Amino acid sequence: MSKFDWFVMPFTLGLAFLVIVLLVKYYNWIKQLPLSEKFKVKKGVFTLKSVKATWEVFMECLLHRKIFRVNPLLGYMHTSLAFGWFLLIAVGNLESRVFYEGHMSPPYIPIFFRFFNPHPTDFHYERGFSFVMDLILVIVLSGVALAWIKRMYSKMFGMKKTTQLQWGDKLALSALWFIFPLRFLAESFTSAFYGGGSFLTANAGHIIGNLFPTMNLSYPLWWAYSTALGLFFVALPFSRYMHIPTEILLIFLKNYGVKEKKHLTSFSKVEISTCSRCGICIDTCQLASSANIKGVQSVYKLQNIRYGITNNEQTLNCLMCGRCDNVCPVGIDIKNIRQSNRYSEALKFPNKKPIFNYIPNIYTSKTEVLYFAGCMTHLQPGIKKSMVKILDTANVSYKFMDEDKSICCGRPLMLSGKKQQALEMVEKNKNIIIESGAKILVTSCPICYKVFKEEYDLSVEVLHHSEYLLRLAEEKRIELSRLNLRATYHDPCELGRGSGIYEQPRKLLNKTLKLTQIKSEKDNALCCGGSLANLKISMQDRQKISADTIKTLTAQNPDAIITSCPLCKKTFSQKADVQVLDIAEIVAKSLVINEPIKKQIKETAKETVIEEV
Amino acid sequence: MAIDFGYNIHRDRQIDYDSLSRDLLEKVQKAEPSIKACISCGTCAATCSAAQFTDFSLRKLILLTRRGYTKDMNNMVHKCMLCGKCQIICPMGVNTRNLVLTLQHFTDTI
Repeated sequence: MSKFDWFVMPFTLGLAFLVIVLLVKYYNWIKQLPLSEKFKVKKGVFTLKSVKATWEVFMECLLHRKIFRVNPLLGYMHTSLAFGWFLLIAVGNLESRVFYEGHMSPPYIPIFFRFFNPHPTDFHYERGFSFVMDLILVIVLSGVALAWIKRMYSKMFGMKKTTQLQWGDKLALSALWFIFPLRFLAESFTSAFYGGGSFLTANAGHIIGNLFPTMNLSYPLWWAYSTALGLFFVALPFSRYMHIPTEILLIFLKNYGVKEKKHLTSFSKVEISTCSRCGICIDTCQLASSANIKGVQSVYKLQNIRYGITNNEQTLNCLMCGRCDNVCPVGIDIKNIRQSNRYSEALKFPNKKPIFNYIPNIYTSKTEVLYFAGCMTHLQPGIKKSMVKILDTANVSYKFMDEDKSICCGRPLMLSGKKQQALEMVEKNKNIIIESGAKILVTSCPICYKVFKEEYDLSVEVLHHSEYLLRLAEEKRIELSRLNLRATYHDPCELGRGSGIYEQPRKLLNKTLKLTQIKSEKDNALCCGGSLANLKISMQDRQKISADTIKTLTAQNPDAIITSCPLCKKTFSQKADVQVLDIAEIVAKSLVINEPIKKQIKETAKETVIEEV
Repeated sequence: MAIDFGYNIHRDRQIDYDSLSRDLLEKVQKAEPSIKACISCGTCAATCSAAQFTDFSLRKLILLTRRGYTKDMNNMVHKCMLCGKCQIICPMGVNTRNLVLTLQHFTDTI
């Protein structure tokens, strides 16, 4: 009984190539991690985190739990292929180990076991093993069949659109499609001549044996099976199937606490390679579903970053709403990768000298609470007025930071990639905040809120007005009456998915009115379409998105849409039939005022000093 | 003695397209076609955050570009804070932020 035949060479060489490429890639990725992240990895390796990561690898890479949640059929397709293949290898190894009585054998033996041992009559467990192997093969083949069907009828799998493939993907995909059917044929033809196999291959072999009673036709099929495997392994590092080995690394790194930085790191490279181009992010993207804008979705963006292709349209035509982050089955931090990519694109044209030195130094007198309305709030004076009314009623010692002349918070510039310029404005604003001696900075705009929290590095407590108003209400500094209003709450992207604030506005609103549930809320909320992050989209397309979002929000005919972002409010009020209100306006409406307001807004404004430059 | 009326007479000015080039305008129109919709109403200038501090407005930028005063436009274009107020209130739906970015890009690549 020989243990070698030339047909195993394509498989063996392909596997060797794959292992070498993977080791080089893994080594480089880990070596290039930023120091702080490397430290996290070192600290985490010999802890329970590794065990947790191993469990997660099993649940996600083999069982694909997250894809099951998207669509059960799609989940089954992935599980049957991944877990089935894994079982084929594992059980095959066990079989050959038992058969060769524990002796080590080359890696190709378990894969081509039936070729070397077509019908080992002296093997005690043969019937059992071949039954299990046939069962697994049936499961895998059902997965392959589903994959074929999916290419043709993707709607069945809950996906309206699937990704356009590149040549590397096509090569790997074709190889993958043929691996298991070829294995089935090779084993069946072997069984036709020698006997052996179980319910699947033995019966198929029986039929084939009747057709070609005297010939052993299996040899070319074993060659084809081995070649398909080898081809798949060679194409894998250059195709989307790179996600299979990379996801394992990603899960480990994530469990050690490695995170995206504010620029592209080797961790971003790992994440980008983990993208399987499944295309789940295409359907969830409102640019695709409402405005029919194609080719800009994250799957294509990540693909282009991976291959080093710059596409301005793709970079800037994104709402950065974070909906794709939310559904990504491998959990890629897409929004941060896109942001870092915008930074690196803009750095190609760095600014030579400071440009915002025309902004004078502004000082506000000392105060406890500093209120920053934000540019967008200035276009929605109702929010400003409500905030002033509430703060005055609650007798808060506050100053209105940008009542008169406002400096932008810098986030819009950052979103366009111009971080260097944005930091100039950040410095200006930071000065005002620190000089005021405030303990709390309240802002009405989620866009400003996010940048104050993440980029300003302030020792001051930063609160969105929905958080602050809730605090005032809970401390009984303001009293709210019940309003007779049925309303839905819209989660702004920057506040919800961007900053994780879902409960505070709801808690506050529930004190005064009854909220109706809607289909898409919290981390599944839709974008209003007004997003400042998208620089390319036309006004018409924006309106299509907001029209669709309003339709979802008003599905149960509420009296009002409530949001906590001035930009969302502005965008909705242009299109909606019902009234659109900010959370501050609701609070101001339901406010119980016991004593006349002491302070007037005008007095506070006078205390702001602007030095001319 | 001259009386101060609060305004004075502007010097007569001609826009001479023989000496001024409209090349930039054509390039910008290709990159951001919504510039064609601008009616120079000045709403953007009225709301502009940067205009509170310095001599800047999108209306001016567009006029300078249209008339071919590329150099004046170049000197002004980077002052924009890109805050997006003009985009939200623009009655003609001009994609103002991308327009400014496009102008900045052409300025940077000259």
